Amino acid sequence: MKVIVDLTRCQGYAQCAFAAPEVFAMRGDEALLYDSDPGQGQRERIERAVAACPVQAILVDREGGRHRLSPETSRGLGEEMERIGRIVIVGASLAGLRAASVLRREGFAGSLTMIGDEAHPPYDRPPLSKQVLIGRASAQGTVLPRHDEFDVRWRLGVPATGLDLGGKQVILADGQRVRFDRMLIATGLRARAWPKETAAGLDGVCTIRTPEDAEGLRRRLAAGPSRVLVIGAGFTGCEVAAACRELDVLVTMVDRGPAPLAGALGAVIGRIAAQMHRDHGVDLRCGVQVEALEGDRDGRLRRARLSDGTTMEVDVAVAALGSVRNVEWLEGAGLAAGPWGVACDAGCRAVDANGVVTDDVFVAGDVARFPHPVYGFQYLALEHWGNAVAQAEIAAHNMISPQSRRWAHLALPEFWSTQYDAEIKSVGVPTYADQVVIPQGSVAQRRFVAVYGYRGRITAAVAFNQSKWLEFYAGLINQAAPFPPSFRTVDQPPDVHPVPAEVPVRPTYQATVVVTGHTPGQRRATLVRRPYL
Amino acid sequence: MTGSSVWQQILDHSHRADPYPLYTELRKTPVRQVEDGSYVVSTYPEIVALLHDPRLSSDLRHLPEMGTVSGEGPGLPPSFIRLDPPEHDRIRRLLTWDFGPPHRPGRVDGMLPDMRVIVTGLIDDLVGKTRVDIVDEFAYPFPVTVICRLLDVPREDEPRFQALSDALIQVADPTTGSITERDRQRNKAMANLGQYFGGLLDARADQPAGDDLLSGLLRASGGDEPMTRAQVLANAALLLVAGHETTVNLITNGMLTLLRHPEVLDRLRRGEEPDLAARVVEELLRYEPPVHLLPETRNTLDDIEIAGVTIPAGSRVTLVLAAGSRDPALTPDPDRFDPDRAHNEHLGFGGGVHYCFGAPLARPETRIALTELAQRLRNPRLVADPPPYRANPGLRGPRHLFVDIDAVDPARP
Ligand SMILES: Cc1cc2nc3c(=O)[nH]c(=O)nc-3n(C[C@H](O)[C@H](O)[C@H](O)COP(=O)(O)OP(=O)(O)OC[C@H]3O[C@@H](n4cnc5c(N)ncnc54)[C@H](O)[C@@H]3O)c2cc1C
Ligand code: HEM
Ligand code: SF4
Repeated sequence: MKVIVDLTRCQGYAQCAFAAPEVFAMRGDEALLYDSDPGQGQRERIERAVAACPVQAILVDREGGRHRLSPETSRGLGEEMERIGRIVIVGASLAGLRAASVLRREGFAGSLTMIGDEAHPPYDRPPLSKQVLIGRASAQGTVLPRHDEFDVRWRLGVPATGLDLGGKQVILADGQRVRFDRMLIATGLRARAWPKETAAGLDGVCTIRTPEDAEGLRRRLAAGPSRVLVIGAGFTGCEVAAACRELDVLVTMVDRGPAPLAGALGAVIGRIAAQMHRDHGVDLRCGVQVEALEGDRDGRLRRARLSDGTTMEVDVAVAALGSVRNVEWLEGAGLAAGPWGVACDAGCRAVDANGVVTDDVFVAGDVARFPHPVYGFQYLALEHWGNAVAQAEIAAHNMISPQSRRWAHLALPEFWSTQYDAEIKSVGVPTYADQVVIPQGSVAQRRFVAVYGYRGRITAAVAFNQSKWLEFYAGLINQAAPFPPSFRTVDQPPDVHPVPAEVPVRPTYQATVVVTGHTPGQRRATLVRRPYL
Repeated sequence: MTGSSVWQQILDHSHRADPYPLYTELRKTPVRQVEDGSYVVSTYPEIVALLHDPRLSSDLRHLPEMGTVSGEGPGLPPSFIRLDPPEHDRIRRLLTWDFGPPHRPGRVDGMLPDMRVIVTGLIDDLVGKTRVDIVDEFAYPFPVTVICRLLDVPREDEPRFQALSDALIQVADPTTGSITERDRQRNKAMANLGQYFGGLLDARADQPAGDDLLSGLLRASGGDEPMTRAQVLANAALLLVAGHETTVNLITNGMLTLLRHPEVLDRLRRGEEPDLAARVVEELLRYEPPVHLLPETRNTLDDIEIAGVTIPAGSRVTLVLAAGSRDPALTPDPDRFDPDRAHNEHLGFGGGVHYCFGAPLARPETRIALTELAQRLRNPRLVADPPPYRANPGLRGPRHLFVDIDAVDPARP
């Protein structure tokens, strides 16, 4: 059976791990690792876990699902729906699948086509850099559960190569054209490869985005390599390094920035993460770049030369260099699509190259960038599971709802990362900050909440193993509460004073949030073309 | 003060059988100050927000009126339900060490067969009767036996700690006196229980440590500084009482609710839906929970603005969990018992860092209890509806639940 936990919601109550200990396992206080593809024999225990989860974060597939339409959602139907006979979704992954199931749940009865270039049915990526690498879940097993078997025409294994907006057609690689009345762009992103092509092709140089990637890396790690090199200490790099240590594999992690996660969380919190990795035995080198990866005559990776002058023998190198948005197929389509993604409004409608909102084309997930009122209406490009889900739900709802019933995607960005026994959670945009303060908990124990502020208001919060408090801080962000927070709380450290957040001035290549296009000089209607960054 | 009358009615014993219409009234003012100066919160979003608000403390020592009242009575520090992080979290981790994940993930799962044996035995004892009291003959002895085994407390000592435990529950009833008076009473009873546990520990001093929770508590574990002996006693007393006086009500409320909803009882009896019992338990925790309110267990460390009201620093706050779980903001048609709800984020076990420690135990206890009762009591009928209730408005449940039956069927394999 298929299991998935919405770890954005999960607060680490461990009720699932009590109820089904072979499927759900806790690490430390609140980090949860689970098997997404447990045997049918676990079903009863898993159903108990589903029922028990205090925040109802566990989803499983169910035969004959007992799903009900809430009165709220079924109201969107009516004339609007009559006019829409065909919906096409390009990108058959988290966002695409969620949109499809919402469309059906809200009563869309027309034809629904899902186009995806991967041959797999939609699957979940976060386990790939976590439980899959340490062998707690299988790479092929992270297929996303579906609540009810809905009626969808699947076109898997065929990429879309173009979009004809005027003719309302999606063009496929096999030459076929698929007509639509409404369409959703959910093509996400791909891992950025090691930039030097010959070295990138060496046996032992990997990236991680797909089950094949994860399975390949898992095998290499299980084979007991002499040393693994992780290039880039963003979230993915850090999770891979943690998996290596868990398997007792020697690992060096290099990053050109000042600290791990500094691109996403700033260097202050990054240095805390640095200490965590060092405590677990990672050879962490910051401010260092990999200058070359070198192989032997058989094309196998042998060594890496670093900018600190050292050369090290390695047989596996994981390039965790961030990502590239899958927008090439939209070239020439006339949409505002570029390296930062496809622009849309808060209702998920795509914006065309002139900045005019389109009516029939919607965008959701990692490929989207959208203006967020909490962040001065700046365009956010997020690479977060929770955002893909939330945005897909809103896009799907809006696709079949008349103007007056449309929703806005105003949810604060949220994500999690699991490293060792630490559950790191973030809400808001930590890079949208000038200062940071730690008002709750203990850095020494790595149980704390950090709060970020920009020009005197709270803009983000990050928790290490303290996720039960995070929604309080989310409320403060939504209210634009003053920074630094000055109230008295439980678990206040002895001295609380804000320090510069040390967030990157310009988004780095591994940021999981980037605020784009905010200086007047960047505001122009010419579109960026290849090469993409 | 318009809110006072409805609050007084809720506390009044005459409304114990059906406080829910009063909760509907109460929710019209989500946050209200009542006669004794404390604040009462009754709506779902506000309760959830406060359970996760670090400006609320569970440590009564912050209140000036508590004066010198220190902990759980002479020589005993507060148990962790009355502490804030980081101390609360440390003790909770220590208590969890031998109880559940991450260190002992399978412990509760491993207790399930034993639970079924206990339940089977208690129901076997009903054979030949045509009228049974679900409370005294079943719902009370079952969880008591489980918690005694977990703590390795001799079951024969039950009469002794039952009196103490009763006294403690009594003082949790806000109608029995001011918070300071009640706290003094509470301390006395806790001190007695602590003494009892002290005796147990002394008696075991020269035996090898067993696998019970209590023995584990004196050891250091998981990188946390261990508890002092006094802390162990205070927290052992808490576990015994909490494991005693709550699950009995969930099982009893459950049987009562099933008898009032025979179609659900029948589905349970047929046993064709393997996940039904778990969902029945969760819906009970929403619809007829044992813990209705957390009476003045929280106090404000700072001013808190919520639902248009400013609760000033230093105030006592009562969260009416049972009113929150019946808030239409949580789920449509909240006054209907419906185990098929797609989404049930009830407040039955609280939330945030003090989320019920014993929940993983209470859930299977109740699931197994109700399933076995449904499948073995032939043609059960309520003798009195409503049944007589205990006085306590916070820990609410029937004092007796008499049920007439035609026969007791043998246990299914
Ligand atoms: C290893 C890993 C770990 C992660 N861990 C976390 C985490 O801990 N927390 C968190 O919040 N987020 C995490 N994420 C991010 C999260 O998985 C993404 O936010 C999420 O997958 C986004 O979903 P999506 O549907 O928008 O895009 P994607 O999942 O990228 O899906 C896009 C799909 O479109 C397909 N596609 C692309 N171009 C075309 C085309 N032209 N025609 C047809 N199909 C096309 C792609 O092949 C892909 O299948 C992680 C991601 C990875 C890779
Ligand atoms: C159906 C049965 C039960 C219900 C409805 C229940 C309900 C609750 C609630 C609402 C709280 C939160 C208190 C607060 O926030 O101040 C709580 C805490 C607690 N419960 Fe339970 N409980 C039940 C069974 C048990 C059992 C069986 C045990 C013991 C094994 C137990 C032990 C505890 C403890 C120790 C706490 C304090 C946790 C903390 O402060 O972190 N409970 N319970
Ligand atoms: S919040 Fe839910 S999913 Fe997360 S650990 Fe707890 S029970 Fe499991």
